[in-house]
Amino acid sequence: MTQLHVAVALDGAGWHPAAWRSPAARPHDLFTAAYWTDLLAEAQRGLLDFVTIDDSFTIQSADHFAADSRTDQVRGRLDAALIAARIAPGSAHIGIIPAVSTTHTEPFHTSKNIATLDYISTGRAGVQVRVGGLGGEAALFGRRPSPPALSFETLATPEVERFIAERFDEAADYIEVVRRLWDSWEDGAEIRDRATDRFVDRDKLHRIDFEGRWFSVRGPSITPRPPQGQPVVTVLAHSTVPYRLAARQADVVFVTPHDPAGAAAILAEVRQEAAGAALQVYADLVVFLGADAASASARKEHLDELDGAELFSDARILAGTAEALADHIEELHQLGYDGVRLRPGVLPYDLTAVTDQLVPLLRRRGLFRDRYPATTLRGQLGLDRPTSRYQSISVGTDA
Amino acid sequence: MTRPRKQIILGAYLGGVNHQTVWSDPAAGSQIEFASFQHAAQTAERGKFDFFFLAEGLALRERLGQIFDQDVIGRPDNITVLTALAAVTSHLGLIATVNATFNEPYELARQLATVDHLSGGRAGWNIVTSSDAFTGGNFRRGGFLKREDRYTRAEEFLAVARRLWDSWSADDVLADTGSGQFLRRPDAGEFAFSGKQFDISGRFTVPRSPQGHPVILQAGVSAEGREFAAGGGPDAIFSPFHTLAEAQPFYRDIQERSARHGRPAGSTKVLPGAAFVLGDSEADAVERHREIALAQISGRGAQILLETVWNRDLSGYDPDGPLPDVDPDPTGPLVIQGRARIHQDALDTVSKWRALAASNGFSLRQLAVHVFGHTEFVGTPTQVADRLDAFVQNDGSDGFIIGSHLTPTGLDEFVDKVVPLLQERGSLRTDYDGTTLRDNLGIPAYTDRSSLTAA
Repeated sequence: MTQLHVAVALDGAGWHPAAWRSPAARPHDLFTAAYWTDLLAEAQRGLLDFVTIDDSFTIQSADHFAADSRTDQVRGRLDAALIAARIAPGSAHIGIIPAVSTTHTEPFHTSKNIATLDYISTGRAGVQVRVGGLGGEAALFGRRPSPPALSFETLATPEVERFIAERFDEAADYIEVVRRLWDSWEDGAEIRDRATDRFVDRDKLHRIDFEGRWFSVRGPSITPRPPQGQPVVTVLAHSTVPYRLAARQADVVFVTPHDPAGAAAILAEVRQEAAGAALQVYADLVVFLGADAASASARKEHLDELDGAELFSDARILAGTAEALADHIEELHQLGYDGVRLRPGVLPYDLTAVTDQLVPLLRRRGLFRDRYPATTLRGQLGLDRPTSRYQSISVGTDA
Repeated sequence: MTRPRKQIILGAYLGGVNHQTVWSDPAAGSQIEFASFQHAAQTAERGKFDFFFLAEGLALRERLGQIFDQDVIGRPDNITVLTALAAVTSHLGLIATVNATFNEPYELARQLATVDHLSGGRAGWNIVTSSDAFTGGNFRRGGFLKREDRYTRAEEFLAVARRLWDSWSADDVLADTGSGQFLRRPDAGEFAFSGKQFDISGRFTVPRSPQGHPVILQAGVSAEGREFAAGGGPDAIFSPFHTLAEAQPFYRDIQERSARHGRPAGSTKVLPGAAFVLGDSEADAVERHREIALAQISGRGAQILLETVWNRDLSGYDPDGPLPDVDPDPTGPLVIQGRARIHQDALDTVSKWRALAASNGFSLRQLAVHVFGHTEFVGTPTQVADRLDAFVQNDGSDGFIIGSHLTPTGLDEFVDKVVPLLQERGSLRTDYDGTTLRDNLGIPAYTDRSSLTAA
């Protein structure tokens, strides 16, 4: 069986909206460097493959389609790509994957920012591409027309479906541009050749000349090819349209199966979309861990009570023992999943439970390694370092 | 009553991608790897500098349609690097140059507030604008901004950023587990702005950062630029002047304009960039300077530098021969793309250069070395310390942004040899006495002056 990968998704005080009220949370530290540094160190202690750091331009809301006026949940967040940059220097081995929006952030900026994160972390950067454009996001920028009004009722209307399909097509172009810019400096373009008074070999620098339906970008990047060549691109996907995006452009896709049958069906659909491409599939799970099933459930239920509603999540919620979670992960792995991305219900509590309890269990079952096998994230995930797509073009030409 | 000795503000600058940075020196290191930035920033902090400063470029320069291959090119994203430097420094301010043309205020204000949080209050922003269509080719919007709209965009961009930074009060995050209240009020972060450049509204996601507003720097010495610096709120302005005769009137003018806008004396800092070359003796320093200038400007480099003004292909002119006998072609298609035009009036500049070359007997390369290879402070450590100090005490500026021809170790000898002399004179701190960049610079928290400038 292939290697099992275990990642963890970081967001605020944890994935329960009342997580910050847990005695184990650090609600006063959410906007400090120390908080995020400690979380990464804990994940690295558990030899986890990578962390993702969630992000959104719009403020958190209990309403999925608009801002709300609640004051009893965490509101406010820092820029995820910069959190990643801040915590990278103090760590080693573990991958760091911030979320970035494709709808507003310039692809040129994203490409150089993630390349820079790859330099800072010496080859441990990735990006979770997030398709935005919904809710109040357009108004924050004022650069695009407002999207059609959204609600659970309008989601299936042709207008909204077309809007969403177009945003995902745009996201595919976006990733294409980001990837081309990463390749726009071939390896070894910097020659520092005193004899010919040349710092770079300009034949190894390439315009990308991307012309798409939504935008065009000339290139090359201002940042040389990053250490991994291509940092790892990830996508969270819940249905066919995003599966297709992941299949076209991502290295890792996070999916949200809720039961074994669904898990098998999703995997089959994603594999079919990927058509043999090396796309790794991870299942997302929200986790609340406890010494026994009852205490784990009680932890979650207490937070539900504080929040005034039962936790709603796109991903399956597991409240139980580390043993039960290990069983579930093993099941997914046997189905053919490459890994899991765990969303801790409360931070740092459930992350610590993962590293202290779950990881040793997985190891005992022969599912998880006892050391980091590589220094780069691609190496960690068993991905080769690709040569630049432009490399062959320059061979034997004098363009 | 004698005036108290002014404390010299020192910024460190790394990562020139231009002819000043000598890559051919065997000691020259990477301009990309994080270790280079870490070395330079930690060196600056060892020297009790106020801040570390990074420039920006958003397109590789081209000459006659081909990428420049002669100077150092390639750089990382500066905000990302500075945020990472917060992890390996503790007091040093972190100032990024960021273009207001190819960014949007919601996103950039969010990034800068994030850096301020993650550095414990050490963020700064050098605001620049560009109307460069060539650079625009790398961005969705293209080169949309007209040259005459640059200050409108900059002023409005800064006004929007300030509104976003003020959209959270310092006490809006309660995180009170007892009462279950995370926010003090339901509308924290709410904002709206409507102007010529921006029409935006919503809720900002970043709670108020330690400095409230990051420190703002600005370059530009036109009347428009000076007025922006004095009234619109930048905390510091770059100065291009390096002789007291030129620098003092500029310094005075900035102070007078600030006072007219109701700002306290000394609240707009004036900072020229400055390079240095040290030697054991003055003659030794002068000789080192000569060698460095020749390394900075090769024969081919000299042709290219003059092309920025001539706007003609000068590759056929002997670098060791006389100046090109043709006139510049200021209206022709640009020979050099992606570089700010330093000399606005090409015909006037060239006629001055011809006179300069004639009276000194300069060849093409010698003229380029004279004009572009200038280093402001050349001498023994004592001489350099004396001149830096005298320049500040005589109100030529409030300090300097120090750069070197050598990445990343060029600053080392300045910190080892010049800094202790400035400290002995009582003109430079021997330790930090605050935690934020505003503390370092001795400037107060930003307060809204719109009521004062409205008149």
